[in-house]
Formats: sequence, structure tokens, C-alpha cells
Amino acid sequence: MELEKIIRDTAKNLLKLSAIVLPPTVEKALRDAYERTPEGPGKVQLKAIIDNIEAAKRLKKPICQDTGVVSFYLKVGDDFPLKSGLKRILTEATVEATREVPLRPNAVEILGSNTGTNVGTNIPWVVIELTEGDYLEITAFPKGGGSTNVSQVKMLSPGLGMKGVLTFYIDSLLNAGAAGCPPYFVGVGIGGGENVCVELAKKALLRPIGVRAEGELGKLEEKMIEAGNLLKIGAMGTGEGPTVLNVSIETACRHPASLPVAIVFSCWALRYSTARVAKSGEVEYLTHRGIVLGT
Amino acid sequence: MEVELKTPISEDEVRKLKVGDTLYITGTVVTARDQAHRRALEYVREGKKLPIDFNGLAVYHCGPIVRKVGEEWEVVSAGPTTSKRMEMFEYDFIEKLKARVVIGKGGMGDKTAEACKRFGAVYAAFTGGAGVLAAKAIKRVVGVYWDDLGMPEALWVFEVERFGPLTVAIDSSGRNMFKEAQERSAGMRESALRELGVM
Repeated sequence: MELEKIIRDTAKNLLKLSAIVLPPTVEKALRDAYERTPEGPGKVQLKAIIDNIEAAKRLKKPICQDTGVVSFYLKVGDDFPLKSGLKRILTEATVEATREVPLRPNAVEILGSNTGTNVGTNIPWVVIELTEGDYLEITAFPKGGGSTNVSQVKMLSPGLGMKGVLTFYIDSLLNAGAAGCPPYFVGVGIGGGENVCVELAKKALLRPIGVRAEGELGKLEEKMIEAGNLLKIGAMGTGEGPTVLNVSIETACRHPASLPVAIVFSCWALRYSTARVAKSGEVEYLTHRGIVLGT
Repeated sequence: MEVELKTPISEDEVRKLKVGDTLYITGTVVTARDQAHRRALEYVREGKKLPIDFNGLAVYHCGPIVRKVGEEWEVVSAGPTTSKRMEMFEYDFIEKLKARVVIGKGGMGDKTAEACKRFGAVYAAFTGGAGVLAAKAIKRVVGVYWDDLGMPEALWVFEVERFGPLTVAIDSSGRNMFKEAQERSAGMRESALRELGVM
């Protein structure tokens, strides 16, 4: 089979997998949360979340009716033969997945209407990283509107330092409240510039749960989870059960005069799926190993 | 307490529900988002007849994924949308159309709580994102109206069986669970900041 078709089919399957099956680490975090939450409205919500995850898998239907705006994160090997054509192939895959899964059409032109296909101006959004090797790594990363609407970015005064960053994190959580479907996974991006901190925060969400940043930042992540949970927003805003299931921080150096910070929230349904396509056409699924949904 | 109610739901039945109760609904649930709320109230103002009588029914803040299989509609996924956007309409909707249960996610505000108290209704939260669980409880699409508003905004009339679990979040005494939780969270701000060594 020609490589282009393999990439298209893989991308389509990744969109389908991400809409229907949570990455195992995300599912485990939710199951653990259910186990440790005492009886009450919070536990009822978490039980519904677990039942829904299982039903979606069994019935092969999207976990949530908001199947998100589609973005792809790529690692393109130096010796992988396809490059500039990738965006077109991924766009075609998105149209096909929208029809076949089906996904809810979520691409609305700014001065127009819903395209009906989940593709349009600059969507799907494609982020490309160049790497050594002869493979292409594709991550499908659709994100829903509810938790996107409560994400925040701010240019802090550098004089506020990390205390300013942490205060912004707590205030962002309070502002989000129940609106973004907690318990939350939180990506934090610090430094760089306006676009850099947001991109870092989104990428941080793709770091597997349980993998901490190195050194001091890793300890800070743990403290931020604890502090966030003190707010007791709770599962779906019931005030019971966890508020924050994970915090991941990514940083870049900052300009001496600025301290950009982005807090990107994901609802409990943190959805992504990754696969590697080798130059030979061989496909290896990384986040959803051995999960076959069929057509 | 766990309660199952069948539509049409009477004012007496709904007034027995308390914040924190788990509710399941069997009968008729009708979806309505921003545009459908706006149009329904326009119809009331102009004295026009609505395509469906909401009296005793549940109105659901939801924009489902639906597809046609042969002659029938299949509901693929139908979780709740954020209810806050409907806050500007809900008081009038409850007063004029006598819906007894409003279903959504994320909570609603003071005006809705006031309407629940005055006219006898509850706001019940369905788990955000639990689209398949909702779809499973929908046995049949009875009808669709105002489909000119688009798939997510149309009035979808669902026949449901044990639709839930719903958590009663505003009851007819006007108690508002989400508002109470939000106030408690705001009160914890200092402790959280202290934990992080900021204060």
C-alpha cells in the first residue's frame, strides 16, 4: 500500500481512537479518583464518567458529543519521504473521520458558518517538529470547547516571579469552577512569549500522567495538584471528589522584561492518540496499543 | 436519596426533590439550547403555538450528534452543554412553559433558582461529557422541530428510560448546590495559596 494512504488511514484511526477510547493512563487516573472518593454526589458523577467510558468503548461511540477542534502534533524524521504533503493528507483524514465515526462538525469560519467537515481555514491545526530517523509520529489531539473556554493566558510582571505564576494558577482554577468539566488535567506553560507559553501548556497535556518534570519543577507540579484540590471544586463542580488530577509544567526562557504564563485546562476527557508510521509503511500504535475498533 | 420520576411531572412531585438527590427520568425530554430558548420565548410573546407542550416535561441543554439510519434517527452522543448560557432565558421559560426539570451541566444562577422556587421546578446536573451514557437512555427520537437552527440547536424530542443519574443542583426551595460549592471554593483561596508558599 502506498505510504500516503497508510498515513491517511492511520490519522483517521487516531482521530477515531481519541474520540472513543481514553489513553489508558487517563482512564486509570479517573478510576483511582472514583475509588478514593467517598459516597455522595461527587462519587455519583465519577461513576457516571466511568460507566460512560466503558459504554463508549463497547458501543464504539464518541465519549462526548463535543468531539473537539482537531489538531495534530507531528514528529517528522529527516529520512521520512513525505513532508510538505502531510497537511493535505491529515486534512483529508479529518474529513473522512468526521463522516465515518461520526464526529460533530466543530469548525466554524470566523466570518461565515460551520464548514460541516471539521476542516477549514487553518484547521486541522498542525504542529510540526523535526527529528532524526526515518519515521513519522502522529498525535491526534482534539480538544473540546468547554475546557478551552476557561483556559487563560497572561503576561505577568516579572517582579511577581513564581508567586505570581502560582496565584494565577489558583485564580484560573477558581474562575473555571465547574464550567470546564472537572476533575481537570492542567497544562502550564511558562516563559517564551505570547504564543510560546500557550503552545508549551498544550504540549504539557500530552505528557503521560505520572511522568513528572525533572527536579524542582516536578516537585512544584505535585504541590500544585495538592493546592488545587484544596479548592474543593470537585467532580463536575459538586464540591466532592478531586478537582485536579494532574498538573504538567513546561518552560522556556523568558525575556528579561516579561513573564508569560498560560494555564490550559482539559476536562476529565483528556483525549489524544499517538502512532508511528515507519518509512517502510509499518504502523505502531503507542498510546492505544492493541486496541482495535474496526470500521 | 434516589428518585425516579415519570413525565408529565407534577409540581407536587418536583417540590419533594432536594439538592443532592439523585434523579432518573422516564418519559419525554426535549433538548433546547440558546437559539431554541430564544425562539420559544418569542413564540410565547407573539402568542404563537409551540410545536411541543413543555408542561411537566424536562428541558435538556444539549446539542446532540444524531444520524439518520433508514427512516429512524439514531442518537450517537448526547451529553449536556454548559447551562450558564441559558440563564438569561430560563426564568421566563420555567414561568411561561411550565417545564418542571431543567437538565444541563455546570450550574445556573440566581434568576433560575428564583424561578424554581416560585413556579416549582428543579435544575438537575447531568455529568458533562457523558454523551454515550445519555444516548443509551434515549430509547427513541419522537420528533425534531426547528431543524432550521441546525443539528445542535434544534428541538429534539426524546423518549427516555431512566435518564440519569442526574444530581438535583437547584431545588424548589431555591437552594443552589453549584453556587454554594463555588462560594466554598472561593473561601479556600488563601489556604491554597499558603500551601504553595505564596502567602
